[in-house]
Amino acid sequence: MTDYNFAYLDEQTKRMIRRAILKGLAIPGYQVPFASREMPMPYGWGTGGIQVSAAVLTPEDRFKVIDQGADDTTNAVSIRTFFERTAGVKTTTATAEATVIQTRHRIPEAPLTEGQILVYQVPIPEPLRFLEPRESETRKMHSLEEYGLMHVKLYEDISRHGHIATSYAYPVKVEGRYVMDPSPIPKFDNPKLGDMAAIQLFGAGREQRIYALPPYTQVVSLDFEDHPFDPSRADHPCGLCGAEDSYLDEVIVDDAGGRMFVCSDTDYCSARQAAGHTGKDAA
Amino acid sequence: MPQSQTLSGGFADPARQSAHAFRSVMEAMARPGSLHDITGAEPPASLSVATGAVLLTLCDTDTPVHLAGDADCATVRDWIAFHTGAPFCGPADCMFALGTWQALAPLSAFPTGTAQYPDRSATMIVEVPQLSASGATLTGPGIKDNASLSLPETRAFRDNHALFPLGLDFIFTSGSRLAALPRSTEVR
Repeated sequence: MTDYNFAYLDEQTKRMIRRAILKGLAIPGYQVPFASREMPMPYGWGTGGIQVSAAVLTPEDRFKVIDQGADDTTNAVSIRTFFERTAGVKTTTATAEATVIQTRHRIPEAPLTEGQILVYQVPIPEPLRFLEPRESETRKMHSLEEYGLMHVKLYEDISRHGHIATSYAYPVKVEGRYVMDPSPIPKFDNPKLGDMAAIQLFGAGREQRIYALPPYTQVVSLDFEDHPFDPSRADHPCGLCGAEDSYLDEVIVDDAGGRMFVCSDTDYCSARQAAGHTGKDAA
Repeated sequence: MPQSQTLSGGFADPARQSAHAFRSVMEAMARPGSLHDITGAEPPASLSVATGAVLLTLCDTDTPVHLAGDADCATVRDWIAFHTGAPFCGPADCMFALGTWQALAPLSAFPTGTAQYPDRSATMIVEVPQLSASGATLTGPGIKDNASLSLPETRAFRDNHALFPLGLDFIFTSGSRLAALPRSTEVR
């Protein structure tokens, strides 16, 4: 398609986004404001991630998109097609083959490598937003490193539920400085954020923020000494591939209470099945 | 300078060439101390190819540029003005600064951001005679264990790192090579 500029966005917009990405990488975990553009999709469908992807893609890249781990859901399919048409990039569903991976709410199970870039779609980038609605105040709190409120929230979880009940978008502290929202990934994925070989970029379109984690950055999930962070996981093997180390979705399979647990990462699951692993529910 | 020289030397295919150039800059900023090739620009002789490509990739009418020392000449001004449209300004108001290490001193003249907006800080494009993975030892985000980079000195970068999360970010250019040193990097 030659009717659009390469990767859809005009060059001035890309420069603005690129400058924000560089500042984000220089200040890990800090949310850089950027002039988010209207994209040909509604807010909440990955307008932040898609703008970041458009700014980093080159014609030689291999692009993968996942939505909650799956390559074949509406959001993933439409974004993948969007860049096939506007950037002419090759796409893939294999994690290891991809150079740029745009993700909604998961980190792939397979470890990422140095040549790869992981782009997150972020709905609410401000981890303190539900505790303090005013941007002017949360800015001040970040500048003063005033994160007591977040610890109070986690403490109230413990006093009410006996454990920290936050199960996704679990707040992390980056390099001992900024508290960051890792986007609504399950807390199971939190340990993969730190010390990752790939570059991690976060784009929030409606909220107009970009932030980043350079490779090998220290990322710590907030917790207490007597209530250490626990990356929980459903206590089942995958019904299709038998994996016991992956994050699982619970799927209702009939109207009689039948259910099965399957890997949320479809590429991981299908690669395991192709390698001969089977679970108890495999057909 | 003849007008033809001012008008030539930009990206022939801006979208694709700037995409490649940006990936080099981003990889450099994400992995401090790593060396990357960047090409596609043919700026006037007093600027390196890498500097030209960085300017074309990141600067436009929204980014005031400060030219320090010998970089502040009609040839360079005309070329940047034609190809990027960037306005020129003093060190205190710039988003990008360009010059040799000696010409850019003192660094205290440049904006390091504010406590609430540390991103509102200058990015320094420093032309150095050579770049190699030796010399000062770097540690911090983006670096697995440690990295080495031939820096013009270490004291200024230690002082800059002490300001974190405020501070300046540096892009070093030499020929068609570049490396970067963000404020987050500890220099020894």
